[in-house]
Amino acid sequence: MTESTKNPGFIGKILNLPNDDPKKTIIVAALLCLVCSILVSISAVTFKPQQLANKATDIKKNILGVTGLLTEQGDIDTLFQQFEVKIVDLDTGTYADIDAATYDQYKAAGDPDQSVELTAEQDIASIGRRAKLAKIYLLKEGGKTSQVVLPIHGYGLWSTLYGFISFNGDFNTIGGLQFYAHAETPGLGGEVDNPKWRKLWQGKKAFNDQGELKIEVVRGFVDFKVAGAEHKVDGLSGATLTSVGVSNLVKYWLGEHGFGPYLKNMSTEAEK
Amino acid sequence: MASEIKAAVYDPLIDNNPITLQVLGVCSALAVTTNMMAALIMSIALTTVTAFSGAIISSIRNHIPSSIRIIVQMTIIASLVIIVDQLLKAYAYEASKQLSVFVGLIITNCIVLGRAEAYAMKNPPVMSFLDGIGNGLGYSLILMAVAFFRELLGTGKLFGHVVIPVANEGGWYIPNGLMLLPPSAFFVIGLLIWLIRSIKKEQVEPADYQIHQVHRTEVL
Repeated sequence: MTESTKNPGFIGKILNLPNDDPKKTIIVAALLCLVCSILVSISAVTFKPQQLANKATDIKKNILGVTGLLTEQGDIDTLFQQFEVKIVDLDTGTYADIDAATYDQYKAAGDPDQSVELTAEQDIASIGRRAKLAKIYLLKEGGKTSQVVLPIHGYGLWSTLYGFISFNGDFNTIGGLQFYAHAETPGLGGEVDNPKWRKLWQGKKAFNDQGELKIEVVRGFVDFKVAGAEHKVDGLSGATLTSVGVSNLVKYWLGEHGFGPYLKNMSTEAEK
Repeated sequence: MASEIKAAVYDPLIDNNPITLQVLGVCSALAVTTNMMAALIMSIALTTVTAFSGAIISSIRNHIPSSIRIIVQMTIIASLVIIVDQLLKAYAYEASKQLSVFVGLIITNCIVLGRAEAYAMKNPPVMSFLDGIGNGLGYSLILMAVAFFRELLGTGKLFGHVVIPVANEGGWYIPNGLMLLPPSAFFVIGLLIWLIRSIKKEQVEPADYQIHQVHRTEVL
């Protein structure tokens, strides 16, 4: 207190007030809020570019992972440049002509103008709303599409799982499935991250010869002697609800309200 | 002075450990100890927050009106936690993804507020800083010990490196799935408390109750 009594400016006066004085209480609270909010804002603004870059790299890493390109040597950004990013209109299944770099599908899903509400019957993946446009990634080889990566998400047991599914050039054979964000039980539902289980998806056919959507996650192990085994994936043991969730979300996104029309268009085009 | 500093830093490690003696901060000890990397990042984050919040609160302790003192402490702690969270998201993205909400929940960690209220409000900044470091390290020690057992027995790995090859991937060890679930942290912490208290008998609290012997012949 001695210092402030020597130069009794405005601040000195305040500091000299007894701590329980209401004036001092208010001023201390106000000053504290001001200082803290400035510090928090500074940190949020300074770190934002780095955080966004991290998120973008993470998405790219997952896209590369689901197509099996991540094992190749090279920097993520250069590897990712092989992909052609396109926007698909989900209702018509055709490409939409908007800038893919700035479009955020998950942001759009929250905007009533850019999304549609799903009825309970349609919404087997429990996502509520879906964006009208979706961002997809094409990998081309010699002018022909060799792989396509589609974003998928849906509810498991505890959380929404976000991930990617990739198809080979026939738009029917699954190349891979990978989730990059979820909060399922570690060791049980969390095994969706297990590379061994993810490998089971490779080579499975989403549609049968009649073009019906057949892919599903079954309980227990797939019996390969029974017809239709190429559409079935083993369930995760001890994680029935997560398996059902994954099954539903895959069915939703490959179905008629998801990428169904697009996949149909593309596979007829690929057959030509 | 030197002995005081020593006491502030070393005491909370075993003798006055915030988790095993005071049984504070157990919630996060359950949540982030499934692997050692997450536990390490969480430990560093909590130690940083406890130390700096102690120093800041202590340096303005003479001007904190007692009627709003908890709010003032919480505001300072919350701001520090947000800054730490932002830093992690920027420079340790993978780890921050794993820790998710638990970094934010440092705000509600009893150890941080406990040290602010019990120590920083009465002691000078440097000592409060050291006290924060000490308690943070005490917390870290237990967190790392719990994470060691949980990760090793639950996945056969340490810091993500395979130590015991598990059966799923062609090894011999069948991992104990329970170790990855929160209850196992209770068991490990309980066993640790038991171990520490059987070595350091002075930590054993007197029983809250007394066992009365009732004789059948007695008239009640």
